[in-house]
Amino acid sequence: MTILSLRSVSKSFGALKVTDDVSFDVQPGEALGIIGPNGAGKSTLFNLITGNIAPDQGQVFLDGRDVTRTPPMQRVVAGVGRSFQIPQPFGDLTVYENLLVAARFGGGMGGREAGLFCMDILDRTGLGAVAEKKAGGLSLLQRKRLELARAMATRPRVILLDEIAGGLTDGECVELVATIRAIHAEGTAIVWIEHVLHALNSVVERLMVLNFGRMLMIGAPDAVMASAQVREIYLGIEA
Amino acid sequence: MSRSLAPLIALFALAVLYALPAIAPRAMVQDLFGILTLLVLAMNWNLLAGFAGLVSVGQQAFVGIGAYAMFAAIILMGLDPLVGVVIGGIAAAIFAIPMAFFAFRLNGAYFAIGTWVVADIARLAISQWKALGGGTGTSLPKGTAKEMAFVDGIKEMLDVSTAAAADALTYWLMLSLAVAMLVASYVFLRSRMGLGLQAIRDNENAARSVGVDPLKLKAAVFLLTAFATGLCGALAFIQITRVTPDAAFSVIDWTAFVIFITVIGGIGTLPGPIVGVVVFYALQRALADYGTIYLIVLGCLGIAVMLFARRGLWGLFTDRTGIDPLPLRHRPPRAATPSHSA
Ligand SMILES: Nc1ncnc2c1ncn2[C@@H]1O[C@H](COP(=O)(O)OP(=O)(O)OP(=O)(O)O)[C@@H](O)[C@H]1O
Ligand SMILES: [Mg+2]
Repeated sequence: MTILSLRSVSKSFGALKVTDDVSFDVQPGEALGIIGPNGAGKSTLFNLITGNIAPDQGQVFLDGRDVTRTPPMQRVVAGVGRSFQIPQPFGDLTVYENLLVAARFGGGMGGREAGLFCMDILDRTGLGAVAEKKAGGLSLLQRKRLELARAMATRPRVILLDEIAGGLTDGECVELVATIRAIHAEGTAIVWIEHVLHALNSVVERLMVLNFGRMLMIGAPDAVMASAQVREIYLGIEA
Repeated sequence: MSRSLAPLIALFALAVLYALPAIAPRAMVQDLFGILTLLVLAMNWNLLAGFAGLVSVGQQAFVGIGAYAMFAAIILMGLDPLVGVVIGGIAAAIFAIPMAFFAFRLNGAYFAIGTWVVADIARLAISQWKALGGGTGTSLPKGTAKEMAFVDGIKEMLDVSTAAAADALTYWLMLSLAVAMLVASYVFLRSRMGLGLQAIRDNENAARSVGVDPLKLKAAVFLLTAFATGLCGALAFIQITRVTPDAAFSVIDWTAFVIFITVIGGIGTLPGPIVGVVVFYALQRALADYGTIYLIVLGCLGIAVMLFARRGLWGLFTDRTGIDPLPLRHRPPRAATPSHSA
């Protein structure tokens, strides 16, 4: 059974159609990449999946269950974890506490179990050393890592990652890819929006292209990247 | 040093406070009773505004309903005043349910105004209650204090008048309510729910996205603080012995002072209300002869703190010294393994 599926989902902001009749499925444990130019509606698509934004038309299904009207917190408990493109840490809480909230609420874990679980994630995402620092004082790079770590702490079965590789050095990017691969290897489905195509394509099994809110193409990364249409859109951004 | 000394000082202060009716004049016990009443109200308002982000200006509704339910329990049902206090708390919590349905539809300033309006409607409605004196209010029946549970025993123990024994009893109950509030707040804020509240306070949208339900948590705080505020109001009016709609639903006495106390002491910090109430008491004593000047000084101090020390005097103190005897932080279960990339 599909873990996540969208059926003819549309959303407009005023006259601007940001999501236009989008349908696709994500299988359990699958890794799907999403690319598209700035303003194509990628982040909006995530907000529709998580319930932060309600669609004008269409349905969202989790495990075959219609969640179109389900509020965000219940979707998290149901297994959808997400990171924000612009990091939204709990600034007055420590980095460790940021994860603890996620594990105790979204992950439904008890206090003792959650503590060790969160420390393990912090170590894996390179945040162990700043565990007791206030999240408000982190650098942008660390905030992005925190977004990933906090999403992991909700114990998702499908994790939505929104541009977490931007601005990394080559070494950091390799580390990030290794972390995401490890999440994938544990059987978590991944949907990853990314402009850094080489990082993205080294993880995902399928690639979707969004343009002006429409799904232009979805398929194997090689085939998608080879398409003339996609090359045209991405000309000059990155090969 | 502070780590071992602070609990000792606190225990000593508490022992003195409990012993007070035996060693201090009755006027002082009554004075402190008033201060403890404000402290309990401030701890509740701090939970609401400082932790749940619910800036209520309608707490007098719960004080008033608690007081009137207690009077109704005594006068109309012939119950013991102490049972009346519990009924007062329950009545306030029940009233909080429809009030929440209305006020939770409003945000920020509208929430504040909405709670105020509801409180005033409650005041007007109670003024129509003829059995309890309508607009002019009513007094506790003669002999209520004497017949109150425990009063005889206290009278003998302290060798004082019935009225003084009743004062001692209500004082001890209010002191115990304050201690219970402090302990309960600490336990609550360190619990899973407290952690969720702090996350909501930082970023409500992100909190939802990690599974926290803001409405549920805020509603829980609203109901629990309504209960405690109702208890406090009922207890306060046993000592006052007379109730009128204007006194029981006074926004100045039960909410405005309480806001100043909390803001000055440190909103969103656990010891803030305690610090605030001590400052309030000191100011009241020092400026008592100057009448309203004391209110003006209080107002100016409140504004100065809002502008220059958002976390009040307690916030300043912890920032400077790093001392925090009631930390709300959750510590990791073990040290992080040294990371190669951090
Ligand atoms: N809440 C909103 N209200 C109005 N317009 C919005 C809102 N959110 C997004 N938009 C608009 O919708 C369009 C798509 O935005 P979205 O953030 O989904 O794009 P994106 O593909 O994620 O872009 P980027 O690569 O820059 O992150 C943009 O033109 C944006 O300005
Ligand atoms: Mg985006």
